Amino acid sequence: MTALIDYILHLADTTLILCQRNSEWCGHGPVLEQDIAITNVSLDLLGQARNFYQYAAQLMGDNYDENKLAYLRKEREFKNLLLAEQPKGDWAQTILRQYLFSQFQFLLYQQLQHHKDEQVAAITAKALKETTYHLRWSSEWVIRLGDGTEESHQRMIIAIDELWRYTGELFVPADYEKESGIDFSLIKQTWLKNVKNIFDEADLSIPENVFMQLGGKNGIHTEFLGYILTELQYVQRAYPNSEW
Amino acid sequence: MNTDQQYKISSASEHELEAIWQILETVVDPEVPVLSILDLGIVREVKFNDDQVEIVITPTYTGCPAMDMISMNIKLALVEQGYKNIKVSSVLSPVWTTEWMSEAGKEKLRVYGIAPPNVKQQVCNNDLFAPHELVQCPHCNSFHTRRISEFGSTACKSLYQCNDCKEPFDYFKCH
Repeated sequence: MTALIDYILHLADTTLILCQRNSEWCGHGPVLEQDIAITNVSLDLLGQARNFYQYAAQLMGDNYDENKLAYLRKEREFKNLLLAEQPKGDWAQTILRQYLFSQFQFLLYQQLQHHKDEQVAAITAKALKETTYHLRWSSEWVIRLGDGTEESHQRMIIAIDELWRYTGELFVPADYEKESGIDFSLIKQTWLKNVKNIFDEADLSIPENVFMQLGGKNGIHTEFLGYILTELQYVQRAYPNSEW
Repeated sequence: MNTDQQYKISSASEHELEAIWQILETVVDPEVPVLSILDLGIVREVKFNDDQVEIVITPTYTGCPAMDMISMNIKLALVEQGYKNIKVSSVLSPVWTTEWMSEAGKEKLRVYGIAPPNVKQQVCNNDLFAPHELVQCPHCNSFHTRRISEFGSTACKSLYQCNDCKEPFDYFKCH
């Protein structure tokens, strides 16, 4: 049971933190349509995070609820992927991160929708529909930017250089994932194949021999998470138990 | 319990069930106020647990912010009609689809100026850079329209414009 709760918190934290990151674009998107797109993606991720937190709280007992889990846990207790907490950077970095993540999430949820835990299966089966839109939208943008102007191409190369080191973590199961029944090697194989296809079309290449930074799944984060939590949790920390 | 009594109880609860469905018809989607929650197809079940009425709903989109308000409005509508012990619960499975939207609901959307969702078989295309869905203008009925933005003012809508009458309009996405 503890492993299942930890795993659900990992899924919740990753979707919450990525939602928070993407929502930084709200009102600042490069064009209005894409400002709306990235905030729509954020909203879907927030919905997933809420479903996961609510379910985790239900399993943890009466002392917990979704708000406590999101607003009152400390940095070391967050189990999100390092990829999710990286700064939004420029539009190239935001797009690349969303693509690398959506491609992973799509394959992961395809497996999780058949998970032996009914609620995990129900949440991910529901979310898979939206993840399909995110994947299509971000794939198109990776191709547009990679195969676009000299500048957009260059920015994508820099984004790959910044983010690739955080992709190894996606496929290294934490202790709490070992009993989850997920076939990580299958996900990794398909993910690499699909990313290569999109990169080929985008005139980009997958870097080789990159050192992969791990830790997020076990609460060891890059310096950026603390700043996100400071902003995200400020109101609850400053005015405990305040309600919207 | 003899069969006669059983019959009375079941017909009484059937009558009451019918009354509750009629109350639910008056609860609308706060973001698309011409649609009742029955038109949307999000009410999955009405149950009696002893003296409690339970309404089971399902969200349209995972992050739909209207769900909390809908849940509250269901309670208010039932309280207004004298019900006291009410529970609104949510299920995620089976996954909601626009196929569950009623035909009456689709017509109400069109009259309101929002193009209703196309039937699903037409649009299950997730290919990259696929041609946009062919959507009929709710104002002049032209099919000569174009998509301006895949994502719109709410999670469930895209933004289109009619090339004939030039009016921009929302399209309730097939989902």
